[in-house]
Amino acid sequence: MKAILTTIGKDQVGIIAGVSQFLAKKEINILDVSQTIMDGYFTMMMMVEIQGSQTDFTDLAQKLADLGKTLGVEIKIRREEIYHAMHQL
Amino acid sequence: METNKILETIHMISDEKLDIRTITMGISLLDCIDSDSDRACERIYQKITTKAANLVKVGEQIEAEYGIPIINKRISVTPIALIAAASSDQNYFKYAQTLDRAAKAVGVNFIGGFSALVQKGYQSGDRRLIASLPQVLAETDLVCSSVNVGSTRSGINMDAVAEMGRIVKAAAERSTTANTKLVVFCNAVEDNPFMAGAFHGVGEGDAVVSVGVSGPGVVKHALEKVKGESLNVVAETIKKTAFKVTRMGQLVGTIASKRLGVPFGIVDLSLAPTPAVGDSVAQILEEIGLAKVGTHGTTAALALLNDAVKKGGIMACSRVGGLSGAFIPVSEDAGMISAVEAGSLNIEKLEAMTAVCSVGLDMIPIPGDTPAETIAAMIADEAAIGMINNKTTAVRVLPVKGKKVGEMVEFGGLMGYAPVMAVNPASSATMINRGGSIPAPIHSFKN
Repeated sequence: MKAILTTIGKDQVGIIAGVSQFLAKKEINILDVSQTIMDGYFTMMMMVEIQGSQTDFTDLAQKLADLGKTLGVEIKIRREEIYHAMHQL
Repeated sequence: METNKILETIHMISDEKLDIRTITMGISLLDCIDSDSDRACERIYQKITTKAANLVKVGEQIEAEYGIPIINKRISVTPIALIAAASSDQNYFKYAQTLDRAAKAVGVNFIGGFSALVQKGYQSGDRRLIASLPQVLAETDLVCSSVNVGSTRSGINMDAVAEMGRIVKAAAERSTTANTKLVVFCNAVEDNPFMAGAFHGVGEGDAVVSVGVSGPGVVKHALEKVKGESLNVVAETIKKTAFKVTRMGQLVGTIASKRLGVPFGIVDLSLAPTPAVGDSVAQILEEIGLAKVGTHGTTAALALLNDAVKKGGIMACSRVGGLSGAFIPVSEDAGMISAVEAGSLNIEKLEAMTAVCSVGLDMIPIPGDTPAETIAAMIADEAAIGMINNKTTAVRVLPVKGKKVGEMVEFGGLMGYAPVMAVNPASSATMINRGGSIPAPIHSFKN
């Protein structure tokens, strides 16, 4: 399944590295990435591909939220359909 | 996907309290009818706990995967007055206990359908069900009840209206919160996913999943960006926002239906407030330009809001149903509570507002010594608005024992809190005691 991972917070060293290392360890492939600084906030969006149906999404979302705490940012993951549903017909 | 669109969605969920207010599974109990009430109750329990076994789990899965809060998971069933009528039981408390037990077993927040439809007359089950109401409302936790006393097609059953005045009063004697679970309707809809008025109509399928969306905070936030613009811009902005909110409902309903293996019923486009700050319908009306909700212009602003929500939402989903409009409960809406405290909002104005939005006099604490006939007369007024305007109206007023006008009452959780509101002291008893019915209006004869 495809999901969109958003990372928002105060910019500092190691955010992209921290997130991508975590994803690599979990064998989650990054399909697309965009990153910008908005109003001084680091804002990164990643489209990722989660392999297999065995992945426990709740657990993954929790681990990412914990990782966000150690990196000082907020990390959220949602299946991509929610964004399509709201903005596209 | 564009970054700003992704961020907009995230903002709506995180900061503006966009949520799915309820996933409601409607379950038909027609195949549980039995002349032996024990056997009927056993069948009811089995059917509900089988059909809805995964409802809560699926709701939680969707919440986790899509990151959208789903506040309530609920069940609605066929009106129990129809199911229980076959038995010779004189009191239907046993049926209510069965519903309560089944709801607890599957972990839902509420179960609706301890209901009777008496707009034209009573069958034996209706009488017994209504008589059981005070006990059921006070002694069960999750069972919600509704009684339909009128319709555009058949007029208003004034005997039932008078009786419901007495029932509301009797239930209030037993418990302050009992009446939060009772709605008296005119033109009740058969596919409403919202409590306390949800029931599963006899024309519905065996089981369906329906969704109620919310999002007053999102609408208010969108309107903050068009300050000073004309009302046409306001209407357009509400429409576009309602569209986005409703798309969430459509998505969640589609997924839930697939995972539960049950057909997708409807999306109810309602704007449902909660007592939380920033989740208020009253504050949308104030954002449109009223210093305080309840002042002159409130009905017009609400009419615009209600219509724009429907227009935006209808395009966004495959099937619209339920109540679909703005809810104006008093105790569940921080802006309404504040307007009552400020003396800007009274019951008469709320009644006028119900002519242009979904439902009616909702979650309004009134003095405990209000006569049953006055409560019945309030029900009659609302039913008349619904009957003549061909829309659903309802009454959920809450007499509070020992409390006087202005005293604050706390109902807890999503039910909120509100000051006791004044009712007109002049008696309506002679009219109510006449009984009989108000005939269907001339414009109901369409065939």
